[in-house]
Amino acid sequence: MWSRQRGGLKPLRCGVEQLRCRRREREAALRKARREQQLVSKRLLRDEALEEAEEGCVAMIFGEAEIQQFLRLAQRGTEEKEREGALVSLRRGLQCPETQQTFIRLEGSIRTLVGLLTSNQALLQLEAARCLHELSHSEQSAVVEACLPATSYLLTYLSGHSSDFISPHLTVLEALGYALSQLLQAKEAPEKIIPSVLGSTLPQHMLQLLQPGPKLNLGVAVEFAWCLHYIICSQVNNALLITQGALSTLGLLLLDLAGAVQRTEDAGLELLACPVLRCLSNLLTEAAAEAVGGQLQLRDERVVAALFILLQFLLQKQPSLLPEGLWLLNNLTANSPSFCTSLLSLDLIEPLLHLLSVSNVVSVLVLTVLCNVAEKGPAYCQRLWPGPLLSSLLDTLAFSDTEVVGQSLELLQLLFLYQPGAAQAFLQQSGLQALQRHEEVAQLQDRVHALQQTALHG
Amino acid sequence: MQLPPALHARLAGAPGSAEPLPVERDPAAGTTPFSFAPRLVRFPREHDFFEDGDVQRHLYLQDVLTQVGGAPERPRRPSARVPEFTCQVAGCCQVFDALEDYEHHYHALHRNVCSFCKRAFPSGHLLDTHILEWHDSLFQILAERQDMYQCLVEGCTEKFRTSRDRKEHLVMRHLYPADFRFDKPRRSRGQDFAVDSRIIWRTDFSMGDFYKALSISPAVPGAAEQVLAEALGDDRAPSEGDAMEVCSEHVEPSPEPAGERRAYSHRIPSTICFGQGASRGFKSAKKRNKHQ
Repeated sequence: MWSRQRGGLKPLRCGVEQLRCRRREREAALRKARREQQLVSKRLLRDEALEEAEEGCVAMIFGEAEIQQFLRLAQRGTEEKEREGALVSLRRGLQCPETQQTFIRLEGSIRTLVGLLTSNQALLQLEAARCLHELSHSEQSAVVEACLPATSYLLTYLSGHSSDFISPHLTVLEALGYALSQLLQAKEAPEKIIPSVLGSTLPQHMLQLLQPGPKLNLGVAVEFAWCLHYIICSQVNNALLITQGALSTLGLLLLDLAGAVQRTEDAGLELLACPVLRCLSNLLTEAAAEAVGGQLQLRDERVVAALFILLQFLLQKQPSLLPEGLWLLNNLTANSPSFCTSLLSLDLIEPLLHLLSVSNVVSVLVLTVLCNVAEKGPAYCQRLWPGPLLSSLLDTLAFSDTEVVGQSLELLQLLFLYQPGAAQAFLQQSGLQALQRHEEVAQLQDRVHALQQTALHG
Repeated sequence: MQLPPALHARLAGAPGSAEPLPVERDPAAGTTPFSFAPRLVRFPREHDFFEDGDVQRHLYLQDVLTQVGGAPERPRRPSARVPEFTCQVAGCCQVFDALEDYEHHYHALHRNVCSFCKRAFPSGHLLDTHILEWHDSLFQILAERQDMYQCLVEGCTEKFRTSRDRKEHLVMRHLYPADFRFDKPRRSRGQDFAVDSRIIWRTDFSMGDFYKALSISPAVPGAAEQVLAEALGDDRAPSEGDAMEVCSEHVEPSPEPAGERRAYSHRIPSTICFGQGASRGFKSAKKRNKHQ
């Protein structure tokens, strides 16, 4: 990752509590921005960055002549420091929208920049990558689009080195992935940019960079996984991605992530887990995800094992991502008797029940997954019974959240229907009292009464 | 959240899916007032469901950007300083004082080198393509009758009749720069062989230049004369004959079992070092360059 390559943390200038407070503020600001559909706004990112930048520099407006001068110096300067310095100055200027515009209109400028990105001078590559970084989070779509043609070329060059990635290449790749992710996040991306990306070899390159194995670099993978997420959730042509092997690559990556999570306390794995979970979940909803015979193309039950290992990790590290993991579990189990059977045979019901106390959203998702299993019939319900399920359900009936209770009632109906003795046991455990609380709730009352009837009269 | 111990073993085990238990639904399931039915759920980009993950992502990016945007004016060496040393590839006299720079140099210039003409390429794939197109007479014969020029972008299966057609495809379809060059003959004009190694790569720089630039460094001492001849305007197409002579002392092409193995057998095994000769040999007479 960028931060790791820079090799260090910034020195702590304030106490831990202040840091936490600051982080909470930043988080609140980001949530607000997202709700106002402004999260994509790069201004938000850059303003924060500028505030924190130690030098408090001012972005300069450069004209054509100056930009040309910088580029010339960078290409042909005699002194290394001079060449680097030229790129630094250029980058400062590129923080300013006017300079960005001038830059992209200058003939050959992007080409020169790409040439520097693919040069064999490590420090120049890094500085050029920073310039690309600046350009890629411009608010002006013309600027960002100007970078797009270079991407295919750069990826070809860089993936040609995939057997021996060295650190400047990784940095450039990461910058490229970030630049692309900004591009793909733009409002106009689904109509303008994503179709042309899908029509190029970029998706194949991206998937290649997400192949698990010794060459996988976390920072690079994170950026390209997010790229893939923006493409997929825009729903332009996901079937194409599936034919290119996206499901299988991402499935294998999930397995790899679970392995990594077991081996190390490494910070940052959740940054990759999030987009991977999203991509897989959304792809599974495509008709193309089904092979002949209605079975899922993605069938390997190790995916379920991996997912639970990740859920456990997320519970510790980033509980706010649990819904995303459970979303994937829902899409895996909804129409798949095989995966439902895996949940049972791998003894995963009890761990699943553990998540019921995390939050309302998580509880609803857990109950939904349990319903996916139970609705497949008696053979499945038999394996859900007896066990901790009943007492967990009685607990959830004590929640006040209507959705949680509602989903519990759905599950109860299925259990009463398919599992002889379930209703009886429910009664014996004071189930009727648990139901009574909700008799007056509009969204719940019909179901409550129906269950009461079934329990009492069979 | 306790996971069953066998789970980790399962993850490490063989791929496979569970034999599903028999499915047997009762029509009463999920009927009014109940409504459950298993459903695949899909979320579009702007959905609130993504809020938490998006916020985390942006917090991370903010952290990254503050570091990226930080002062680069501080003298910053990404790699460890070591006492000066020279590239060990014979004939190459680049000097380094940082391991990372050397690693970079080596990979860029010495790694994928054609054993015939000593051109270096950024990747094994491009080297293989070059060998096929430049040093394989069978290729030339076949090319007269069918489309043999393969698109350079890995994953694209298009083939073309001429390299010009291929170039056009690269420019139009894959958005390569219009002045990109992969297979221009070594038609050098003196400026390419200037004594200063930087100028070899920098003069008249354009995006395609790294292919061209990296392909003009013959790596065998003694090939200097040949290079000089070309530099003085001898526009020969890649000359297999000369190249074969030059390299045969160093590499025995292994007996070729079948068609496609040919290209690979002419790659320099990584353990053999060819001198990075002629132009460097030229240069070494003049001055040693500190690698930048």
